[in-house]
Amino acid sequence: MATGFFTDATLCIGCKACEVACKQWNELPSDGFVFSGNSYDNTSELSGTTWRHVAFVEERAVAEDTVVSAWSMVSDVCKHCTNAACHEACPTGAIIRNEFGNIFIQPDVCNGCGYCVVACPFGVVDLIGHVDPDGVLYNLATLHDDRREAEQTALQGSGGVAGKCTLCYDRQRSGFVPACAKACPTESIQFGDVDELRERARVRVETLQARGVDASLYGADDVGGGIGPLNAFFLLTGEPESYNLPSQPVLPSTRQAHGYAAGALAALALAAVGFTIFRGR
Amino acid sequence: MPGLGTSMGRGGATMWVPDLQNSDCILIQGSNFAENHPVAFRFVMKAKERGATIIHVDPRFTRTSALADLYAPLRSGTDIAFLGGIINDVLSNERYFKEYAVAYTNASFIVNADFKDTEDLNGLFSGYDEETRAYDASSWTFERNDDGTVKSDPSLQHERCVLNILRRHYARYTPEMVERICGTPRAQFLQIAELIARNSGRERTTAFAYALGWTQHSAGVQFIRTAAVLQLLLGNMGRPGGGIMALRGHANIQGATDIATLFDLLPGYLPMPSALRDEQTLAAYLKTNTKPTGWWANTPKYMVSLLKAFYGQAATAQNDYCYDYLPQLIGDHSTLPTQIAMKDGVVKGYFVLGQNPGASAQNKELAMAGLDRLEWFVNIDSFETDTCAFWKREGVDPRTIATECFCLPAATILEKEGTMVQTSRMLQWHDKAIEPAGDAKSDLWYFWQLGKQLQALYEHSTDPKDRPILDMTWDYEHEDEHERRRGEPSALKVLQEINGYYTHPEEGARQVKTFGDLKDDGSTASGGWIYTGVCPDKRTNNARNREPNDTTSLGWGWAWPANRRTLYNRASADPDGNPWSERKKYVWWDQADGRWTGYDVPDFPLTKAPNTPAKPGAGGLDAHSGSDPFIMMAEGRGQLFVPGGALKDGPLPAHYEPLQSVVENQLYSQQSNPVMREWHRPDNRYNDPVDEAFPHVMTTYRVTEMSGIMTRYIPWLAELQPSAFCEIDPDLAVRHEIRSGDWVVVSTALGEMEARALVSGRLRPLRVASGQRVHQIGIPYNYGKVGFATGDSPGALIPLSMDPNSSIHEAKTMTCNIRKGRRTAYRAGVVDADVPVSMRTGHGEWD
Amino acid sequence: MAKTTIDLTRILGTATGSLGMSERAGAVPDVRSQRTRELKGRIAGAKPVVSICAYCAVGCSLHAYVSDDGKLLDVEGNPDSPISGGHLCPKGAAIFGMTVNTQRWTTVKYRAPYSDRWEERPLEWAMDRIAHLVKATRDATFVREREVPQGSGKTKRVNHTLGIASLGGATFGVEENYLLGKLMHSLGVVSIENQARI
Repeated sequence: MATGFFTDATLCIGCKACEVACKQWNELPSDGFVFSGNSYDNTSELSGTTWRHVAFVEERAVAEDTVVSAWSMVSDVCKHCTNAACHEACPTGAIIRNEFGNIFIQPDVCNGCGYCVVACPFGVVDLIGHVDPDGVLYNLATLHDDRREAEQTALQGSGGVAGKCTLCYDRQRSGFVPACAKACPTESIQFGDVDELRERARVRVETLQARGVDASLYGADDVGGGIGPLNAFFLLTGEPESYNLPSQPVLPSTRQAHGYAAGALAALALAAVGFTIFRGR
Repeated sequence: MPGLGTSMGRGGATMWVPDLQNSDCILIQGSNFAENHPVAFRFVMKAKERGATIIHVDPRFTRTSALADLYAPLRSGTDIAFLGGIINDVLSNERYFKEYAVAYTNASFIVNADFKDTEDLNGLFSGYDEETRAYDASSWTFERNDDGTVKSDPSLQHERCVLNILRRHYARYTPEMVERICGTPRAQFLQIAELIARNSGRERTTAFAYALGWTQHSAGVQFIRTAAVLQLLLGNMGRPGGGIMALRGHANIQGATDIATLFDLLPGYLPMPSALRDEQTLAAYLKTNTKPTGWWANTPKYMVSLLKAFYGQAATAQNDYCYDYLPQLIGDHSTLPTQIAMKDGVVKGYFVLGQNPGASAQNKELAMAGLDRLEWFVNIDSFETDTCAFWKREGVDPRTIATECFCLPAATILEKEGTMVQTSRMLQWHDKAIEPAGDAKSDLWYFWQLGKQLQALYEHSTDPKDRPILDMTWDYEHEDEHERRRGEPSALKVLQEINGYYTHPEEGARQVKTFGDLKDDGSTASGGWIYTGVCPDKRTNNARNREPNDTTSLGWGWAWPANRRTLYNRASADPDGNPWSERKKYVWWDQADGRWTGYDVPDFPLTKAPNTPAKPGAGGLDAHSGSDPFIMMAEGRGQLFVPGGALKDGPLPAHYEPLQSVVENQLYSQQSNPVMREWHRPDNRYNDPVDEAFPHVMTTYRVTEMSGIMTRYIPWLAELQPSAFCEIDPDLAVRHEIRSGDWVVVSTALGEMEARALVSGRLRPLRVASGQRVHQIGIPYNYGKVGFATGDSPGALIPLSMDPNSSIHEAKTMTCNIRKGRRTAYRAGVVDADVPVSMRTGHGEWD
Repeated sequence: MAKTTIDLTRILGTATGSLGMSERAGAVPDVRSQRTRELKGRIAGAKPVVSICAYCAVGCSLHAYVSDDGKLLDVEGNPDSPISGGHLCPKGAAIFGMTVNTQRWTTVKYRAPYSDRWEERPLEWAMDRIAHLVKATRDATFVREREVPQGSGKTKRVNHTLGIASLGGATFGVEENYLLGKLMHSLGVVSIENQARI
């Protein structure tokens, strides 16, 4: 048995309660106050400190004299893959599969090598940057003094570790639903036993298709590339790419003829590139 | 508030939020429901999942539109034309709910022969005086029989019955006219009219949801009235899944209207005494404000009980219960006239409490220049606001400003206890979770302590003017020792006083159980009669009830009046008292028991049988029959036609162009609301109507992620919408070479602001009038200069003007221009242009 | 401060024999650190206090979790509410940050006439000063009778002051509105307004 998320784009109102509830519970800082100019998406992507991210897809088609608009939103998150590339790539044992079947990064073990960052086929994992001491005020304005310094915070003092969705491991341990799923006003994010969620998703997609909605599931079944089904999967309208979800994700290790060692080397080689790509924004 | 009140009787949402899931169709207009009330929107989504049709009509395609089944654009400020078009469609195709309309509305009432409609007078009703810009409403009345009852024609044949006047009034609101005025494609309009009509009637109900997109217009009250007329005609009022969902903005807007901190209202919707009416004595006040028939026949009980609650032992029958302690109005003392009076030097001291006009005021610079002229200024807030930082705002030199300023730290909601009233009139008590940080105090603490200090300062005064302060009841010692030491008053004691109690000492200050028990002889006190029942005894606080269930959750919170969830729910049954249909069963007459029963608290005298005849000449509810469901109204009927000048701009809604519009009125030669309030002064410049220098329509709104001060300091929210922006359509963007992220300047005759451009196909040019292409520009009203998420406020662009009924400003639609680039620096003095004395607020005359 | 090295022996040592390795894909076994093993929700066992969201008027019920020493741990939706069902919007989900925030003002700020800065002042001093200012302004501007309407020659009792005004109410509670209204009316203030019109 594993727990996971079923995120349904047809119910998402793009409110971003998931992003905020996640940051509030996990005591994560903001990623800065930058106007993107890209629809209503100003956090732009998942990062080491943004573990839920709502993608906004605007479409416009002019049919005769009527302009038809569509605006799709969906909340992206770590997929908690069946075969998780980050898990495979981690050389320190920081990344584990926990008793709920979720992929969890132990921040106290992680040394920030970044292998997981480049391994992830979905671009989910990221290193948490070192927090500028002057920036603490801004980024962590909402933390109690003691907690800001506490080891328990996801930042582990001043950063330098990999971060991503924990599926609220700590909450699950104590019998609470993950913060994003609890907050979501329209139940677009559902949490539960992943087999049950998959069943629910199949019924849902049939219902929608019967209503003429161009709905499909992403990751409820094997996504290919050696990854297998995703434990956090999605119901989408339209193409996955429009939500920044690859239609053909690949587990890096499946491409490595020489197994893990080569994979690790490749990851090492890519690490520098990864830093540039991921930190350069 | 007046829109719903004059139509159905009470100024509150007629339904409760979860009931939206029982709707078969939901028309969202004047509201960006999904963005501004996301959690309530889950019931819209539930309705959708159950097969309901969701329609969104709005100038912009928003997150609400994205989730709707059908979206139709309209030009901002043209909602009366749109809804009037549906009324015309429903009437000319005989698709209204005839049995309901005849029995429960004033459709059959015969209007006075002297009444002239806007169709007769080209956009004016009878009685207009050009000089005073006001109506004499004496012709807006019904013909009456000798016994005082209204003449009616239930066959609806009489040419002057309300329904036929309505038919003629809206006859020219055709789909073609709707398209010309609103820019809504004809086919879409007709589809919406069809969906609404199809989803109304015995078996089905349609709900309307609106918010500030309808209120902030020069005829905002009439926008809401149009919706009320339509919903009454379609028979959707008082029924499950039907009604009008007024979506309030702030957490306690409803409560701050009920227990009013509004210039013209006392608690419980009692009018504030005015020197402009005959209200110099209590007897005169009661004569003016007591309606002989309907619920407001009880006005004396509520007013005397209020005075007893205010002034306790000092209020006696001999001294008119201290009625003359209450100040009298001499005009419109609402926010905008007060801002102008402040600028003109009339106001010396100002309290701003949890509000931030420094970002949210219209003609922001005029408002801030008013603060410059104060002697003292007191702000209570949790953060530094744009308002309290007025003396160091852009373009001013602090060394020139004499105002003495205080900013008192406010406890947040988690740090105090008390009651908030949500959008469906529901009182919900919140417990205190933690101690306030630092020196922060609850607002209750500040008001109570200030009152005590003033009582001490006036203690030895013998001046009669000081008696109200010395005589006001002010005993709110907290029950809890710890809170007492902190000087915190008891919110529960205040709520108990609002509920009301028996005043005779032998009663031991026993609580009054229902407002039916209130008296006009001084034996009861109640600080807000509509809340009577919330604390029916000293041990019970119904606002703190926390037992929900799967239907109407009568055990969760407490909704005024009398814990009713759906107002006017007598109308959910037919005139004989049976449900209109099994599917829409809600409240009905139980013949065996001889009482009304159902899933809700009946909004009707419990044992008054459906066949009870009206008693001509009787007072109060006896004047109504057992099938008159709108008990607050004099005639017990929903008012399609509002008689007697209860609304200052007409008994029926007519389409007027906004004060600042891009086109001429296509229906009448009267361009804009003839009785709206305007201030033509050098410091409040308007764009001319149809001004070529300002060719675009501009609208304002708020986004999900931001409110104002309460969000701009929170990094988790600031990163989601970090700066002021301006939404423009791609065609306009191309014309001005603007790309998303560029700085743009939006300007009006009053001023300019800058923001980041957000180019989106969600905005679209519309074709209006005779094919003119109109661009609409959208600007969020969330930003200011303090906090992490910052930017200019559109308040710099919007001149002051007001709806004549509600004194609400027109901020949802105006005209503007746009260019790429940055604005010039603000300079103090722009609004200091000499305002001729003749234009200023005089000391002897408020407005 | 960043962990650039890792003490594998410590980790492996603590894990030996006690903690599970799940299906392992990588080269390093799944070993749980002490922190991981002890991980629990920080609100576990804490009793929620029922509060309400202060943003919009939907009225979502809140659970505020408080530590034994009175610190706010977390705020989330109250699942019992028939209105919100435990859900929140982004603003509601951030309400913790309105209370716990380094930017918040928790002392009295005073700006003297013509000054260019805020100064901190004791609360008692500020309350006393404000009460005196209110009294002085009221006494100087209170009017018993006026000609109403102007030019009509009719004198009416008005018992009011136009010299003081109050703005706000919709962001605080019913009881607070009631006391504010009672106090202002008793002072003779008529310009009493709140956000219902804004």
